[in-house]
Amino acid sequence: MGIFQRFARLPLKSRYIWCLSSQYSTDLTAVDRALIVRSSQLIQHRCVHSRGLGASPGNPGAAPPRLPFSRVTHEDLAFFRTLLPGRTITDPDLLKSSNVDWLKTVEGNSEVLLRPKTTEEVSQILRYCNERNLAVCPQGGNTGLVGGSVPVFDEIILSTSLMNQVITFDNISGILTCQAGCVLENLSNYLEEKDFIMPLDLGAKGSCHIGGNVSTNAGGLRLLRYGSLRGTVLGLEVVLADGRILNCLATLRKDNTGYDLKQLFIGSEGTLGVITAVSILCPRKPKAVNVAFLGCSSFQQLLETFQCCRGMLGEILSAFEFLDASCMSLLEKHLKLTNPITESPFYIVIETAGSNAAHDEEKLHKFLEEVMTSSLVTDGTVATEATKIKALWSLRERVTEALTHEGYTYKYDISLPVEKIYDLVQDMRGHLGDRAKNVVGYGHVGDGNLHLNITSPSKDPALLAAIEPYVYEWTSKWKGSISAEHGLGLKKRNYIYYSKPSEAVALMGSIKAMLDPKGILNPYKTLPDNIH
Amino acid sequence: MSGRVLVGVKRVIDYAVKIRVKPDRTGVVTDGVKHSMNPFCEIAVEEAVKLKEKKLVKEVVAVSCGPQQVQETIRTALAMGADRGIHVEVSGKDYETLGPLQVSKIFAALAKKEQADLIILGKQAIDDDCNQTGQMTAALLDWPQGTFASEVSFEADKLKVVREIDGGLETIKINLPAVVTADLRLNTPRYATLPNIMKAKKKKIANVKPADLGVDVCSRLEVLKVDEPPQRQAGVKVETVEDLVGKLKEAGRV
Repeated sequence: MGIFQRFARLPLKSRYIWCLSSQYSTDLTAVDRALIVRSSQLIQHRCVHSRGLGASPGNPGAAPPRLPFSRVTHEDLAFFRTLLPGRTITDPDLLKSSNVDWLKTVEGNSEVLLRPKTTEEVSQILRYCNERNLAVCPQGGNTGLVGGSVPVFDEIILSTSLMNQVITFDNISGILTCQAGCVLENLSNYLEEKDFIMPLDLGAKGSCHIGGNVSTNAGGLRLLRYGSLRGTVLGLEVVLADGRILNCLATLRKDNTGYDLKQLFIGSEGTLGVITAVSILCPRKPKAVNVAFLGCSSFQQLLETFQCCRGMLGEILSAFEFLDASCMSLLEKHLKLTNPITESPFYIVIETAGSNAAHDEEKLHKFLEEVMTSSLVTDGTVATEATKIKALWSLRERVTEALTHEGYTYKYDISLPVEKIYDLVQDMRGHLGDRAKNVVGYGHVGDGNLHLNITSPSKDPALLAAIEPYVYEWTSKWKGSISAEHGLGLKKRNYIYYSKPSEAVALMGSIKAMLDPKGILNPYKTLPDNIH
Repeated sequence: MSGRVLVGVKRVIDYAVKIRVKPDRTGVVTDGVKHSMNPFCEIAVEEAVKLKEKKLVKEVVAVSCGPQQVQETIRTALAMGADRGIHVEVSGKDYETLGPLQVSKIFAALAKKEQADLIILGKQAIDDDCNQTGQMTAALLDWPQGTFASEVSFEADKLKVVREIDGGLETIKINLPAVVTADLRLNTPRYATLPNIMKAKKKKIANVKPADLGVDVCSRLEVLKVDEPPQRQAGVKVETVEDLVGKLKEAGRV
């Protein structure tokens, strides 16, 4: 059985890639070469709208073949060991956890993990790697959900875990300046003592680094109230691919002097530069926080509750999240959490944060009375004490964790017009039928952001093929975003065209080429494969 | 048998809050700090409400001693299912020095006034950890006591109480009226649901002064000072086993 017969069974685009691998080029017959030309013509013709090369239509999230970066040599290790004594990790056991993502769905083969402590060290590392053409994968808390935080092949892992110092905090302006490796929860605890809070909050707070949050433009549970990082980050210190240090660490609310470069790096997922320090505007800690957990019998009523909430609680509303009945049963089954109210098809978590407990409670109780008497809400409970608030929040924050116990999770983080959010979940259920074990929906309904999750006992390519590109086409039809806050990383890079026009993506490619001509920063991520 | 249960609920600093000692070391900072119902008192309320749902008792009365703010705590008990509340007004200096002896005198007086058959209290409060009020109340009333209860049931006209003790579990049968103090595993307190929270607003809370009950709240104890526990010293990391042995020898431990 020659190469050709096996070859013939591969989908058209993969055959092109198969040929790129030099080992097989000598085995090609004339027929094969004709096939290659034909398929490359096809691909070039469809380039702009294709789902990218390197990945087969059945698995567009898979990695492309390794680009021709250098491999790490003993001389390289000697350099790193001199620069970072005791902080150059090559032990495979220690490397294991940094090579695998949090969802345990992507694994790389890096052999070197570097832990710099200062911006200067990061600069020297990148200058060296750029000269040597060594690929680098910047890594914070490794809590990303799109495979963007772990190496694909043998990229050197550049970890910010030792860059965890707070630089300054001004308690009049509320501006915090800190290194990129500070864990979000630690920053929250630090600020709490000073009567401030971080402007963002997410389930991964115990592990994620602020640098990682900024490079993915993380949204989280408080976006509704405090806005996105694009507004709250005032300045960044970034090390560029060639080692140049770009110090835009301003601590000013207003500064209109030239192009706002930091916006390029926010959300760039480590592909344009390595963020080493952040200055961020922090809000005052609210004196009174209340959480209400409500049950609704239909999504329409949930939306009307949201309207009512906006009207009656407006200025004190700090979060409006939802989860469906399937999520609740998973929480009960795997994490043994109890449902505080009667079973309902939908659950809402509402958080208010204000400066006066008595006023807020009055507003909240009026709102609750209104939604109860008008039957928009069928049941609910309220909490003002810290422990109860934590318990209610965990019902929303731990859904991701509960899902990991169900086998393999297919995660979709979609932005849609608010009315359409649950339609996607119901459509998917109908479309997938028995093929999927669970189809659940939850998320930041207040921001129009759905987390659609589908599970199967183990990775199932047939199920994946049924889900994708159906889910992306559905999203594209309603002009939504195929990645609201998780970013593109490795898994979704080739889907960018569902939410961005080709001219925009082409410009992104030009910017990438300008800032990182050798492409050493987090290769294979964020931008689609056909950009090269 | 009136079928009435008195449940004591204490307003304490929420257990998730970080406690700070006042600069003058006379106590801890309570101003602007989040307060909530003592967790063991929640368990006590839950047990009382459960007994009412099983129709073993007729009325649950929630009682709290303190300033205006304790009404919040009583409302929470009402939202969990208590029928009415009694707020024993104690404020200012008296409240600062209020301790188990005075509270147990108040409860004893109330029990007689309300003709209660059963008093359920939390085993201890998380602020003073005294674990005395239940026992003192029983002594003042000369009633039997079932403390550290992890299970309570009625058997004919007596109360069967399973107690958590150091050696394991002890089951006792006591006559009514009695005092029971709730331990952690007695039950899991319910969340107060909205319909009940709304109903609770209409339930009555009566105001009473200690003097009306003939109780003198003067304290015979004086707090001399309050300090933080000693700071935990950082550990020392060593590179090799020899280093470890050397350090242990230095410290005179080996």
